[in-house]
Amino acid sequence: MRDIIRMIVVLAVLCALSGGLLAAVKSGTAEKIEYQQLKFVKGPAIKEILKGCSNDPIVDRFKLQDGDVERSFFVGVFDGKPNSVAYETFGKGFGGPIGIMVGVNLETDKVIGMGVTTHSETPGLGARAKTDETFKGSFKGLSINEPVKVKTDGGEVDAVTGATITSRGVCAGITESAEFYKRLKPQIVEKAKAFAK
Amino acid sequence: MSETSLVQEFTKGLWEEIPPFRLVLGLCPTLAVTKSVETGIGMGLALTFVLVCSNILVSALRKIIPSKVRIACFIVIIATFVVVVELSMQAFAYPLFLKLGIFIPLIVVNCIVLGRAEAFASKNGVGASIADGLGMGLGFTISLSVLGSIREIFGAGMWYGKEVFGASFQPFTFMVEAPGAFVCLGLLLAIMNLAGKK
Repeated sequence: MRDIIRMIVVLAVLCALSGGLLAAVKSGTAEKIEYQQLKFVKGPAIKEILKGCSNDPIVDRFKLQDGDVERSFFVGVFDGKPNSVAYETFGKGFGGPIGIMVGVNLETDKVIGMGVTTHSETPGLGARAKTDETFKGSFKGLSINEPVKVKTDGGEVDAVTGATITSRGVCAGITESAEFYKRLKPQIVEKAKAFAK
Repeated sequence: MSETSLVQEFTKGLWEEIPPFRLVLGLCPTLAVTKSVETGIGMGLALTFVLVCSNILVSALRKIIPSKVRIACFIVIIATFVVVVELSMQAFAYPLFLKLGIFIPLIVVNCIVLGRAEAFASKNGVGASIADGLGMGLGFTISLSVLGSIREIFGAGMWYGKEVFGASFQPFTFMVEAPGAFVCLGLLLAIMNLAGKK
């Protein structure tokens, strides 16, 4: 009987100490880890979209509550004015959800660029949406207030050759994102002002 | 514990019992992460940290831990340090973490760590256990970087991300694939046995 109690006590104390240590480490590194993940996973797309901005968009970010979800916005400062934001949205691709980073000019509501962050599209076909400059470039200058469509559907976007579903998914993702963009816009503008240099 | 035996405990991990060649343990990460020197060294250092910390705790607690639940206790201790390594690697060396991926959490079930806890740290003092952990960990790091060097030089024509041969070099891609790892490990084992033959 004493044996069992001793085992239980030793194991319980050990586990409790271990749990406490891990909780401390986790909360101590959480902020750094979030920054690293943003920098290496979403960073490349954000940097490309907000090319030429004078700040670090990954540091100058803020979160807004949109119903049940929390959305992150990355601010780009151009000529001292924080007039652009990049945010992530998701579209339905051929192999699963596609993460799309969209950059929007807050003054004109026009898309200033887009990039694919995460995807599971077919290599060589849909996966080219991440690298195809013509495809990515054709989003530039489109108004976020109008539905974004590929050319075959009567829109302006050059679809990636052989990857119509992926291209449509990306367009639909951006069109859908316009909904929460419009809904949150007053708050976005307000928050972005804080980053003026 | 006299000084000479501490040195002995340390150096035995570097040659006489160098893992994974002498103690053929911990082969899973050895084969999987030695595609390049960088990942090999990263894995080796992560394992060294876990090994030293778990050896310290296991030997310090060896009189308190009841022998019936010792394995469970060792695993809790080891797993704790592995998660510490995993989190700090994410916070400070994220690109390396992406390359090592699942093999960092898998240190929990690495036989070298549990093996040293069971075979050495649970029977010896803290000082000797630190020496043992450091020696074994460094030995493992050296082995992995040697293996990684060979595979990276032949398989990719590079060493630590730098070109070794000119542009005319045709990479021997077999070396960076899994079979190349087995062949390379086998050859190194044979050389070690030949060298250690008395």
